[in-house]
Amino acid sequence: MQEEISPEIFNHMVELAALELTPEEAAYLRGQLNKQLQAVHALQVIPLDEDTPIASHGVPYPPEISPAPRADEWHPDPNREDIIAQMPAVEDGYIVVPDIPHEELE
Amino acid sequence: MTDYIPALSAHEIARKVRRGEYTARQVTEAVLAHIARVDGCPGQLDGDPNAEPDRVHAFITLTAERALAQADAVDAKIAAGEDPGPLAGVPFTVKDIFTVKGTLSSAASRILENFIAPYTATPVARLEAAGGVILGKVNLDEFTFGSSNESSAYQPSPRNPWNPARVPGGSSGGSAAAVAAWEGALSLGTDTAGSIRQPAAFCGVVGLKPTYGRVSRYGLIAFGSSLDTTGSLARNVTDAALMLQAMAGADPHDGTAVTLPVPDYLAALPRGVEGLRIGLSPDYFRITYPDPQSGELYEEPLPDEIRAAVMHAAEVLAAQGAEIVEDVPMPHTRYGIPAYFVISRVEAASNLHRFDGVKYGYRTPQKVRDLHEMYRKSRGEGFGLQPKLRILMGMYVSAAQYSAQYYNRALKIRTLIRRDFEAVFDPQGAYRLDALLTPTTPTPAFPIGGVYGDSVLMQYADQLTVAANHAGIPGISLPGGLNAEGLPLGIQLLGPDFSESTLFRIGYAYEQATAEEAWRATRPLVVR
Repeated sequence: MQEEISPEIFNHMVELAALELTPEEAAYLRGQLNKQLQAVHALQVIPLDEDTPIASHGVPYPPEISPAPRADEWHPDPNREDIIAQMPAVEDGYIVVPDIPHEELE
Repeated sequence: MTDYIPALSAHEIARKVRRGEYTARQVTEAVLAHIARVDGCPGQLDGDPNAEPDRVHAFITLTAERALAQADAVDAKIAAGEDPGPLAGVPFTVKDIFTVKGTLSSAASRILENFIAPYTATPVARLEAAGGVILGKVNLDEFTFGSSNESSAYQPSPRNPWNPARVPGGSSGGSAAAVAAWEGALSLGTDTAGSIRQPAAFCGVVGLKPTYGRVSRYGLIAFGSSLDTTGSLARNVTDAALMLQAMAGADPHDGTAVTLPVPDYLAALPRGVEGLRIGLSPDYFRITYPDPQSGELYEEPLPDEIRAAVMHAAEVLAAQGAEIVEDVPMPHTRYGIPAYFVISRVEAASNLHRFDGVKYGYRTPQKVRDLHEMYRKSRGEGFGLQPKLRILMGMYVSAAQYSAQYYNRALKIRTLIRRDFEAVFDPQGAYRLDALLTPTTPTPAFPIGGVYGDSVLMQYADQLTVAANHAGIPGISLPGGLNAEGLPLGIQLLGPDFSESTLFRIGYAYEQATAEEAWRATRPLVVR
């Protein structure tokens, strides 16, 4: 089977996706990705008119069935404490995270 | 004869509660007692997948106290002479992909193992407002990513009530299993490629995927935002219609919920099928499979038992006065899965970036150097294999250098899939169909462990349902008989945008006309 996603491309994507994987997970996932891409290649053989528009969703939304946009207004949530209670680490109402590294952009 | 309350359908329960034949508390207690008998241990993190292999295991969280309090509130309304609502005292379950305030809302993932939702999803709130009683949250594939429920982080995952060695389907497998095993008359599910219809077919229940936009998605933990729909699982068409009636309609919290008025679905049910044009397409009678070794796709005919169920339904509907239109071309159906591999993964990757261990959900307990390492460890430990796979695939096919080849092309093919439906449903077109009649699935329920691990083969379980999600149109799966092994077979109706009323009408006519067929009297194994 053709391996479109090499270990190098895979490792780059894993870094971008912010995932830490075990070697077993990495082997399984890369194998499945290549297998899925093989299935996706069925799309390449379909004759496609250059003017075919893309469909980002199926059902059209003419104005008569589309809700009016909401007013851009700020509302305090009544459940502030419930929301803060979900946070993994909090101090004085602020979320605590580990050190945020500063990188020099080239 | 005294009723066995858990076996009653939603409309029967609502009628009896409203008339005072039963209190909502009596109904809730009876169903909770039934759940204690058939369900076994709930799914839990690091649970044993093989625990109690003869039980259903539909639930992640049973909310018995909450249910009894809701039931008492319904009874109090009745006592006060107030209208308790059209779902008065009807017990239902909620797929654990919806938020319900104060409950664990896990998406069957470790990454939300501690997430107690601070708000309730709109469809859930509407079912409660209609008098429904939530029994609890039921299991699913992790983040809905699967067709068997085996990918849930909460084990044991649900088993098929007709044969517990088989999967219930997915991703709304806990919902379908619960409804089939009488653990609540209704369940709230979601369908992104077939996740309501496929498990409904596998478990012998009715599953409705409404038109995209018919029901609010507010409070639904998102997977594929342009494909996700909220719908009903029930034991008959009337109940599915009753449930949609309570949920459908515009919602200020969801800009994709349309403002189109909601018709009276129940009133339309008995209108029959006289004069309706129902199509059969050869493109739904062949199935595509990837070769396990080479990955090449090949076609084979639909299994005879499933073909026979669909053809029988066509004969039944013809005898009721429907006009059956054969040889309807749906040439892009076979590209539904390849296009879905691309579109759904891009949307999933985008939606899953929010789970980062900062604001809610799982954060790694390990010592970390910095924020980036915290992200990587939290996501690495919190997500199972299927979310990881979807994130990586979505990132690859939408990357700048590949997106023209993959993502853009898939979106164009989505247009072609939509056009197939527009052409055959066009009232001025050559076919002028009111609905297409198809099989729901290429096979009946497969054995637990039979497919899981092969993400391509698993995805092909949705090959007859996914086109409706690309197109946005509604679809319903109906029980269509049992095979020689006693496993349910599903038949599917697909219709034009917002034609749920017509689909219910056809489904109801089919249900009435086949009411005396022998298979209708057969119960799932776990409730025999």
